[in-house]
Amino acid sequence: MDAITLLTFFVLSVFVGFEVVSKVSSTLHTPLMSGANAIHGIILVGAVIVAGQAESIPVLVVALIAVLLATVNLVGGFVVTDRMLEMFGGRTPAAKVREESK
Amino acid sequence: MIVLSPEWTAVLYLVAAVCFILALKGLSSPKSARRGNLIGAFGALLAMVVVFLSTELDNMLLILGVIALGTVIAVPASRMVKMTQMPQLVALFNGVGGGAAALVALLELPLVADELGAVIAVAFTVLVGAVSFSGSAITFAKLQELMPTRPIVFPGAPIVISLVALGSLASAVWLVLTADPTAAYVLLALGTALGVLVVLPVGGADVPIVISLLNAFTGLTVAASGLVLGNTLLLVAGTLVGASGTILTRAMASAMGRSVTGTLFGAFRGGSTAG
Repeated sequence: MDAITLLTFFVLSVFVGFEVVSKVSSTLHTPLMSGANAIHGIILVGAVIVAGQAESIPVLVVALIAVLLATVNLVGGFVVTDRMLEMFGGRTPAAKVREESK
Repeated sequence: MIVLSPEWTAVLYLVAAVCFILALKGLSSPKSARRGNLIGAFGALLAMVVVFLSTELDNMLLILGVIALGTVIAVPASRMVKMTQMPQLVALFNGVGGGAAALVALLELPLVADELGAVIAVAFTVLVGAVSFSGSAITFAKLQELMPTRPIVFPGAPIVISLVALGSLASAVWLVLTADPTAAYVLLALGTALGVLVVLPVGGADVPIVISLLNAFTGLTVAASGLVLGNTLLLVAGTLVGASGTILTRAMASAMGRSVTGTLFGAFRGGSTAG
Protein backbone atom coordinates (compact mmCIF):
# COMPACT_ATOMS: atom_id res chain seq x y z
CA MET A 1 0.00 0.00 0.00
CA ASP A 2 1.36 3.43 -0.88
CA ALA A 3 2.49 5.94 1.71
CA ILE A 4 -0.27 8.49 0.98
CA THR A 5 -3.05 5.93 1.58
CA LEU A 6 -1.45 4.90 4.89
CA LEU A 7 -1.08 8.55 5.89
CA THR A 8 -4.78 9.09 5.08
CA PHE A 9 -5.74 6.12 7.27
CA PHE A 10 -3.55 7.48 10.06
CA VAL A 11 -4.87 11.06 10.03
CA LEU A 12 -8.53 10.02 9.80
CA SER A 13 -8.05 7.50 12.65
CA VAL A 14 -6.53 10.22 14.86
CA PHE A 15 -9.68 12.32 14.44
CA VAL A 16 -12.00 9.36 15.03
CA GLY A 17 -10.00 8.43 18.16
CA PHE A 18 -10.27 11.99 19.51
CA GLU A 19 -13.96 12.16 18.72
CA VAL A 20 -15.25 8.84 20.13
CA VAL A 21 -14.01 9.45 23.67
CA SER A 22 -14.57 13.20 23.85
CA LYS A 23 -17.63 12.88 26.11
CA VAL A 24 -16.51 10.12 28.49
CA SER A 25 -17.82 10.43 32.07
CA SER A 26 -15.13 10.42 34.75
CA THR A 27 -16.52 7.23 36.38
CA LEU A 28 -15.65 5.36 33.17
CA HIS A 29 -12.04 6.53 32.91
CA THR A 30 -10.53 3.28 34.21
CA PRO A 31 -12.72 0.85 32.18
CA LEU A 32 -12.14 2.93 29.04
CA MET A 33 -8.39 2.86 29.62
CA SER A 34 -8.60 -0.89 30.14
CA GLY A 35 -10.72 -1.36 26.99
CA ALA A 36 -8.32 0.72 24.88
CA ASN A 37 -5.50 -1.33 26.40
CA ALA A 38 -7.21 -4.53 25.22
CA ILE A 39 -7.61 -3.13 21.69
CA HIS A 40 -3.89 -2.52 21.25
CA GLY A 41 -3.40 -6.20 22.08
CA ILE A 42 -4.33 -6.63 18.41
CA ILE A 43 -0.55 -6.44 17.85
CA LEU A 44 -1.10 -10.23 18.14
CA VAL A 45 -1.97 -10.11 14.41
CA GLY A 46 1.53 -8.74 13.74
CA ALA A 47 3.19 -11.23 16.11
CA VAL A 48 1.41 -14.16 14.40
CA ILE A 49 2.49 -12.95 10.94
CA VAL A 50 6.13 -12.60 12.07
CA ALA A 51 6.09 -16.02 13.79
CA GLY A 52 4.50 -17.66 10.74
CA GLN A 53 7.19 -16.31 8.45
CA ALA A 54 10.18 -16.95 10.72
CA GLU A 55 13.05 -18.61 8.87
CA SER A 56 15.41 -19.35 11.75
CA ILE A 57 15.00 -20.77 15.24
CA PRO A 58 16.08 -17.61 17.14
CA VAL A 59 13.61 -15.48 15.13
CA LEU A 60 10.87 -18.03 15.76
CA VAL A 61 11.58 -18.09 19.51
CA VAL A 62 11.48 -14.28 19.83
CA ALA A 63 8.35 -14.14 17.65
CA LEU A 64 6.61 -16.75 19.82
CA ILE A 65 7.48 -14.68 22.92
CA ALA A 66 5.80 -11.73 21.17
CA VAL A 67 2.76 -13.96 20.42
CA LEU A 68 2.57 -14.92 24.10
CA LEU A 69 2.86 -11.33 25.37
CA ALA A 70 0.32 -10.05 22.83
CA THR A 71 -2.17 -12.84 23.67
CA VAL A 72 -1.95 -11.96 27.37
CA ASN A 73 -2.58 -8.28 26.49
CA LEU A 74 -5.51 -9.00 24.14
CA VAL A 75 -7.36 -11.74 26.03
CA GLY A 76 -6.60 -10.49 29.53
CA GLY A 77 -7.49 -6.93 28.52
CA PHE A 78 -11.01 -7.76 27.39
CA VAL A 79 -11.69 -10.12 30.32
CA VAL A 80 -10.53 -7.64 32.97
CA THR A 81 -12.52 -4.80 31.35
CA ASP A 82 -15.63 -6.98 31.39
CA ARG A 83 -15.08 -7.70 35.08
CA MET A 84 -14.70 -4.01 35.91
CA LEU A 85 -17.95 -3.25 34.08
CA GLU A 86 -19.69 -6.20 35.71
CA MET A 87 -19.03 -4.65 39.12
CA PHE A 88 -19.91 -1.25 37.72
CA GLY A 89 -23.30 -2.50 36.53
CA GLY A 90 -23.89 -4.40 39.76
CA ARG A 91 -23.16 -1.40 41.92
CA THR A 92 -25.55 1.03 40.24
CA PRO A 93 -28.84 -0.74 41.23
CA ALA A 94 -27.51 -1.21 44.78
CA ALA A 95 -26.74 2.50 44.98
CA LYS A 96 -30.25 3.29 43.73
CA VAL A 97 -31.79 1.06 46.41
CA ARG A 98 -29.74 2.86 49.07
CA GLU A 99 -30.89 6.25 47.80
CA GLU A 100 -34.53 5.17 47.73
CA SER A 101 -34.44 3.76 51.26
CA LYS A 102 -33.22 7.08 52.64
CA MET B 1 -3.44 -21.07 4.83
CA ILE B 2 -4.81 -18.72 2.20
CA VAL B 3 -8.58 -19.04 1.99
CA LEU B 4 -9.54 -15.37 1.86
CA SER B 5 -8.76 -13.18 -1.14
CA PRO B 6 -6.95 -9.88 -0.45
CA GLU B 7 -10.25 -8.06 -1.07
CA TRP B 8 -12.14 -10.13 1.53
CA THR B 9 -9.24 -9.73 3.95
CA ALA B 10 -9.39 -5.95 3.58
CA VAL B 11 -13.19 -5.88 4.02
CA LEU B 12 -13.07 -8.06 7.15
CA TYR B 13 -10.22 -5.99 8.63
CA LEU B 14 -12.44 -2.95 8.02
CA VAL B 15 -15.28 -4.67 9.93
CA ALA B 16 -12.85 -5.37 12.80
CA ALA B 17 -11.69 -1.72 12.80
CA VAL B 18 -15.33 -0.54 12.95
CA CYS B 19 -15.86 -2.91 15.92
CA PHE B 20 -12.96 -1.20 17.72
CA ILE B 21 -14.45 2.27 17.04
CA LEU B 22 -17.85 1.09 18.35
CA ALA B 23 -16.09 -0.44 21.37
CA LEU B 24 -14.45 2.86 22.33
CA LYS B 25 -17.70 4.71 21.68
CA GLY B 26 -19.65 2.21 23.80
CA LEU B 27 -17.11 2.38 26.64
CA SER B 28 -17.66 6.13 26.91
CA SER B 29 -21.19 5.75 28.29
CA PRO B 30 -22.31 3.69 31.33
CA LYS B 31 -25.32 2.19 29.54
CA SER B 32 -23.41 0.77 26.59
CA ALA B 33 -20.02 0.13 28.22
CA ARG B 34 -20.28 -3.62 28.68
CA ARG B 35 -21.72 -4.19 25.21
CA GLY B 36 -18.98 -1.95 23.80
CA ASN B 37 -16.31 -4.14 25.36
CA LEU B 38 -17.92 -7.27 23.89
CA ILE B 39 -18.03 -5.67 20.43
CA GLY B 40 -14.31 -4.95 20.79
CA ALA B 41 -13.60 -8.55 21.76
CA PHE B 42 -15.62 -9.75 18.75
CA GLY B 43 -13.58 -7.46 16.47
CA ALA B 44 -10.35 -8.91 17.89
CA LEU B 45 -11.57 -12.49 17.40
CA LEU B 46 -12.61 -11.71 13.82
CA ALA B 47 -9.20 -10.18 13.11
CA MET B 48 -7.44 -13.28 14.47
CA VAL B 49 -9.54 -15.61 12.30
CA VAL B 50 -8.80 -13.41 9.28
CA VAL B 51 -5.03 -13.41 9.82
CA PHE B 52 -4.98 -17.22 9.97
CA LEU B 53 -7.13 -17.53 6.82
CA SER B 54 -5.36 -14.88 4.75
CA THR B 55 -1.63 -15.43 5.37
CA GLU B 56 0.74 -18.25 4.46
CA LEU B 57 1.96 -19.26 7.91
CA ASP B 58 4.48 -21.89 8.97
CA ASN B 59 4.69 -23.24 12.52
CA MET B 60 0.89 -23.04 12.73
CA LEU B 61 0.55 -25.57 15.58
CA LEU B 62 3.27 -23.88 17.63
CA ILE B 63 1.60 -20.49 17.19
CA LEU B 64 -1.83 -21.82 18.16
CA GLY B 65 -0.25 -23.60 21.15
CA VAL B 66 1.38 -20.38 22.38
CA ILE B 67 -1.90 -18.46 21.92
CA ALA B 68 -3.66 -21.15 23.98
CA LEU B 69 -0.93 -20.85 26.63
CA GLY B 70 -1.33 -17.07 26.74
CA THR B 71 -5.09 -17.45 27.12
CA VAL B 72 -4.63 -19.96 29.93
CA ILE B 73 -2.37 -17.46 31.73
CA ALA B 74 -4.50 -14.35 31.07
CA VAL B 75 -8.05 -15.52 31.79
CA PRO B 76 -7.57 -16.80 35.37
CA ALA B 77 -5.30 -13.80 36.17
CA SER B 78 -8.06 -11.41 35.04
CA ARG B 79 -10.86 -13.44 36.63
CA MET B 80 -9.29 -13.87 40.06
CA VAL B 81 -7.61 -10.50 40.58
CA LYS B 82 -9.08 -8.38 43.37
CA MET B 83 -10.99 -5.25 42.39
CA THR B 84 -8.35 -3.09 44.06
CA GLN B 85 -5.57 -4.76 42.06
CA MET B 86 -7.13 -4.21 38.64
CA PRO B 87 -5.19 -1.03 37.78
CA GLN B 88 -1.83 -2.79 38.16
CA LEU B 89 -3.08 -5.72 36.07
CA VAL B 90 -4.03 -3.26 33.31
CA ALA B 91 -0.54 -1.75 33.63
CA LEU B 92 0.98 -5.21 33.28
CA PHE B 93 -1.13 -6.02 30.19
CA ASN B 94 -0.18 -2.66 28.70
CA GLY B 95 3.49 -3.34 29.29
CA VAL B 96 3.47 -6.76 27.63
CA GLY B 97 1.62 -5.25 24.65
CA GLY B 98 4.34 -2.61 24.26
CA GLY B 99 6.99 -5.31 24.59
CA ALA B 100 5.29 -7.43 21.92
CA ALA B 101 5.19 -4.46 19.53
CA ALA B 102 8.90 -3.75 20.09
CA LEU B 103 9.80 -7.42 19.41
CA VAL B 104 7.68 -7.53 16.23
CA ALA B 105 9.41 -4.39 14.93
CA LEU B 106 12.85 -5.77 15.84
CA LEU B 107 12.17 -8.97 13.87
CA GLU B 108 10.80 -7.09 10.85
CA LEU B 109 13.85 -4.82 10.63
CA PRO B 110 15.99 -7.08 8.36
CA LEU B 111 13.04 -7.47 5.96
CA VAL B 112 12.38 -3.74 5.54
CA ALA B 113 15.97 -2.45 5.83
CA ASP B 114 15.89 -0.72 2.42
CA GLU B 115 12.67 1.23 3.02
CA LEU B 116 13.39 4.46 4.90
CA GLY B 117 9.80 5.03 6.07
CA ALA B 118 9.55 1.52 7.50
CA VAL B 119 12.91 1.80 9.29
CA ILE B 120 11.75 5.08 10.91
CA ALA B 121 8.60 3.25 12.08
CA VAL B 122 10.78 0.40 13.44
CA ALA B 123 12.95 2.88 15.38
CA PHE B 124 9.83 4.53 16.83
CA THR B 125 8.27 1.20 17.80
CA VAL B 126 11.41 -0.23 19.43
CA LEU B 127 12.04 2.94 21.47
CA VAL B 128 8.46 3.70 22.56
CA GLY B 129 7.58 0.01 23.01
CA ALA B 130 10.58 -0.45 25.32
CA VAL B 131 9.65 2.69 27.32
CA SER B 132 6.08 1.43 27.63
CA PHE B 133 7.24 -2.03 28.71
CA SER B 134 9.63 -0.98 31.46
CA GLY B 135 7.55 2.06 32.50
CA SER B 136 4.51 -0.18 32.95
CA ALA B 137 6.59 -2.67 34.91
CA ILE B 138 7.56 0.12 37.36
CA THR B 139 3.93 1.34 37.67
CA PHE B 140 2.94 -2.27 38.38
CA ALA B 141 5.62 -2.57 41.07
CA LYS B 142 4.53 0.73 42.65
CA LEU B 143 0.83 -0.17 42.75
CA GLN B 144 1.54 -3.72 43.94
CA GLU B 145 3.75 -2.15 46.64
CA LEU B 146 6.73 -4.19 45.55
CA MET B 147 8.58 -0.88 45.78
CA PRO B 148 7.89 2.44 47.56
CA THR B 149 4.98 4.36 46.01
CA ARG B 150 6.50 7.73 46.90
CA PRO B 151 8.42 9.57 44.16
CA ILE B 152 11.94 8.20 43.90
CA VAL B 153 14.43 10.92 43.06
CA PHE B 154 18.16 10.36 43.30
CA PRO B 155 20.81 13.09 43.08
CA GLY B 156 21.47 14.04 39.47
CA ALA B 157 18.36 12.24 38.23
CA PRO B 158 17.37 14.98 35.73
CA ILE B 159 20.87 14.83 34.20
CA VAL B 160 20.84 11.02 33.96
CA ILE B 161 17.36 11.07 32.37
CA SER B 162 18.45 13.74 29.88
CA LEU B 163 21.57 11.76 28.95
CA VAL B 164 19.63 8.51 28.46
CA ALA B 165 16.97 10.36 26.43
CA LEU B 166 19.66 11.94 24.22
CA GLY B 167 21.38 8.56 23.85
CA SER B 168 18.05 7.01 22.82
CA LEU B 169 17.50 9.70 20.20
CA ALA B 170 21.06 9.29 18.93
CA SER B 171 20.70 5.52 18.57
CA ALA B 172 17.30 6.02 16.88
CA VAL B 173 19.03 8.25 14.31
CA TRP B 174 21.85 5.67 14.01
CA LEU B 175 19.21 2.98 13.36
CA VAL B 176 17.35 5.06 10.76
CA LEU B 177 20.56 5.94 8.89
CA THR B 178 22.11 2.44 8.83
CA ALA B 179 19.26 -0.04 9.52
CA ASP B 180 21.91 -1.84 11.61
CA PRO B 181 20.36 -4.44 14.00
CA THR B 182 23.02 -3.52 16.62
CA ALA B 183 21.54 -0.02 16.75
CA ALA B 184 18.12 -1.57 17.35
CA TYR B 185 19.43 -3.58 20.32
CA VAL B 186 21.12 -0.48 21.79
CA LEU B 187 17.87 1.45 21.28
CA LEU B 188 15.91 -1.33 22.99
CA ALA B 189 18.24 -1.24 26.01
CA LEU B 190 18.26 2.57 26.30
CA GLY B 191 14.46 2.73 25.84
CA THR B 192 14.02 0.20 28.65
CA ALA B 193 16.26 2.29 30.93
CA LEU B 194 14.40 5.48 29.95
CA GLY B 195 11.02 3.96 30.86
CA VAL B 196 12.30 3.08 34.35
CA LEU B 197 13.90 6.51 34.90
CA VAL B 198 10.83 8.47 33.77
CA VAL B 199 8.35 6.55 35.94
CA LEU B 200 10.47 6.32 39.16
CA PRO B 201 9.83 9.98 40.17
CA VAL B 202 6.05 9.63 39.76
CA GLY B 203 4.05 9.65 43.00
CA GLY B 204 1.59 6.86 43.81
CA ALA B 205 -1.55 8.95 43.31
CA ASP B 206 -0.42 9.99 39.83
CA VAL B 207 0.36 6.45 38.67
CA PRO B 208 -3.04 5.86 36.95
CA ILE B 209 -2.44 8.92 34.75
CA VAL B 210 0.95 7.54 33.76
CA ILE B 211 -0.56 4.12 32.97
CA SER B 212 -3.04 5.87 30.67
CA LEU B 213 -0.22 7.79 29.00
CA LEU B 214 1.84 4.61 28.47
CA ASN B 215 -1.33 2.99 27.12
CA ALA B 216 -1.57 5.71 24.47
CA PHE B 217 2.15 5.17 23.71
CA THR B 218 1.61 1.44 23.18
CA GLY B 219 -1.28 2.28 20.83
CA LEU B 220 1.07 4.40 18.73
CA THR B 221 3.69 1.62 18.63
CA VAL B 222 1.02 -0.77 17.34
CA ALA B 223 0.12 1.80 14.67
CA ALA B 224 3.78 2.07 13.68
CA SER B 225 4.02 -1.76 13.52
CA GLY B 226 1.05 -1.59 11.15
CA LEU B 227 3.10 0.73 8.91
CA VAL B 228 6.07 -1.66 9.03
CA LEU B 229 3.96 -4.73 8.19
CA GLY B 230 1.70 -2.84 5.74
CA ASN B 231 -1.28 -3.96 7.83
CA THR B 232 -4.12 -1.42 7.86
CA LEU B 233 -5.94 -2.96 10.84
CA LEU B 234 -2.91 -2.53 13.12
CA LEU B 235 -2.46 1.01 11.81
CA VAL B 236 -6.09 2.01 12.43
CA ALA B 237 -6.53 0.19 15.78
CA GLY B 238 -3.21 1.48 17.13
CA THR B 239 -3.94 5.05 16.05
CA LEU B 240 -7.41 4.91 17.62
CA VAL B 241 -5.90 3.85 20.94
CA GLY B 242 -3.11 6.42 20.66
CA ALA B 243 -5.54 9.27 19.98
CA SER B 244 -8.28 8.28 22.42
CA GLY B 245 -5.64 7.42 25.04
CA THR B 246 -4.17 10.92 24.74
CA ILE B 247 -7.60 12.53 25.28
CA LEU B 248 -8.28 10.14 28.17
CA THR B 249 -4.94 10.92 29.82
CA ARG B 250 -5.71 14.65 29.71
CA ALA B 251 -9.24 14.03 31.04
CA MET B 252 -7.90 11.89 33.91
CA ALA B 253 -5.25 14.46 34.79
CA SER B 254 -7.72 17.35 34.78
CA ALA B 255 -10.24 15.33 36.84
CA MET B 256 -7.50 15.08 39.49
CA GLY B 257 -6.50 18.72 39.09
CA ARG B 258 -3.09 17.80 37.66
CA SER B 259 -1.28 18.50 34.43
CA VAL B 260 0.33 15.65 32.51
CA THR B 261 3.79 17.24 32.58
CA GLY B 262 3.38 18.02 36.30
CA THR B 263 2.60 14.34 36.83
CA LEU B 264 5.76 13.20 35.08
CA PHE B 265 8.27 15.80 36.15
CA GLY B 266 6.63 17.35 39.23
CA ALA B 267 8.95 15.52 41.64
CA PHE B 268 11.89 17.56 40.33
CA ARG B 269 10.07 20.78 41.15
CA GLY B 270 8.62 19.57 44.43
CA GLY B 271 5.10 19.47 43.01
CA SER B 272 4.39 15.74 42.92
CA THR B 273 1.83 14.02 45.09
CA ALA B 274 3.51 12.22 47.95
CA GLY B 275 1.40 9.18 47.11
